[in-house]
Amino acid sequence: MKRPSASEGRRLARHWASEIARISTRPWRIMEICGGQTQAIVKFGIDQLLPPQIELLHGPGCPVCVTPLEMVDRALSIAARPNVIFCSFGDMLRVPGSDGDLLQAKAQGADVRVLYSPLDALSIAQKNPDKSVVFFAIGFETTAPANAMAVHQAKRRGLRNFSALVSHVLTPPAITAILQDPAQQVQAFLGPGHVCSVMGTREYEPIAARYRVPIVVSGFEPLDLLEGVWRAVVQLEAGKHEVDNQYSRVVDAKGNPASQALLERVFEVCDRKWRGIGLLPKSGLRLKYEYREHDAMRVFEVEDIATQEPAACISGQVLRGIKKPTDCSAFGTTCNPEHPLGATMVSSEGACAAYHAYGRARIPAERLARGADGAAGGAA
Amino acid sequence: MCLGIPGRVVSRDQEDDLLMGRVDFGGVSRKVCLDHVPDVAIGDYVLVHVGFALSKIDPVEAQKIFDLLRELDQLGELDEAVEPLSFRGVPS
Repeated sequence: MKRPSASEGRRLARHWASEIARISTRPWRIMEICGGQTQAIVKFGIDQLLPPQIELLHGPGCPVCVTPLEMVDRALSIAARPNVIFCSFGDMLRVPGSDGDLLQAKAQGADVRVLYSPLDALSIAQKNPDKSVVFFAIGFETTAPANAMAVHQAKRRGLRNFSALVSHVLTPPAITAILQDPAQQVQAFLGPGHVCSVMGTREYEPIAARYRVPIVVSGFEPLDLLEGVWRAVVQLEAGKHEVDNQYSRVVDAKGNPASQALLERVFEVCDRKWRGIGLLPKSGLRLKYEYREHDAMRVFEVEDIATQEPAACISGQVLRGIKKPTDCSAFGTTCNPEHPLGATMVSSEGACAAYHAYGRARIPAERLARGADGAAGGAA
Repeated sequence: MCLGIPGRVVSRDQEDDLLMGRVDFGGVSRKVCLDHVPDVAIGDYVLVHVGFALSKIDPVEAQKIFDLLRELDQLGELDEAVEPLSFRGVPS
């Protein structure tokens, strides 16, 4: 497969957009799940390139955004203790807890370190036997195998000073929760391409069948997203509801069986609170009892945490696709990436941060109407 | 963090019971766990999530994803790189 040139990419993008317009007989609402897809859609103006009857709703697929406030507060509490080296992905550092964030904790003297990989925390634990090394293991199914491997190796190597604060979330229960929400009217989903490279596509089949909703696993390049929307509209117009795979160059139906086996070995499914959304049954992963010596939830006693979200923040509704970031009175004024009120403004994969980064503060109606002008310029 | 970063396998090293290796991400080399892509060969491209290779991908796809991640400013997690190696381009 050859890479299209930039001009060829623009031509193909306009082709997909006009094909979508041609086959759409009525308005359709389609939600992308993955935060990377959200970011690409907003950056390349995919939503503006589409005909007005197709609305893209942004889903809860930003792992940093949905990590529950209680867990951030717990992380802050553990990080502040003496003899703790607290390790995290960089994206989590500025996520606001009830009182401050990890970056502020670091400024106040906590040993907070940003790691590329949880496996790097194992060597830190080996080199610092007198310290307790804690890794903040968050994310969807994409980061879960690496986190599981870190804990599994810690147990195997007897690294008793390593533990993980696990706050994993799963994609299928989030889709189910959105479909069960009476306020929500999503008619089709773009499935998360990289999540499915781990998990495969089969676990989405019961959801598509039960809720009669097309799920098109898509990549996150502009042309992938447009083709994913087109495939979803084809199904919607035909009254079909199947799992379709636009991203077969990277994703197959079975995913990575070795990773799935490791997840099964180390983690168990649990109920999980999602920031802004609430408690979703069977929507998370936690460590199994066999790994309790490496479970920061058990290693560290944390006093009762009372959390408080800023009243002005509507990130919960943004995460469920009920509101757009620009519907919020705080957007771009009291809430911005420098001073985020809610997590959707912190991570670049959050819808609010994407809207802010790509100049969606206030979009004049005439520019929206023009749509295709200059949109999808990077579609290559 | 949630999107995988594609890179080229430059070495395979058995560490204990784990297959590790070095992967080159557009000139930045990182140690990566290759245990779940056991048939990967030197020169192959893999999709890596937080230091863990989850699938093999073809070189053209690897370059496309890498270019897009750069455009989306999503390569920040490689910033902690130990030392940059000489750039090894992807055939296009």
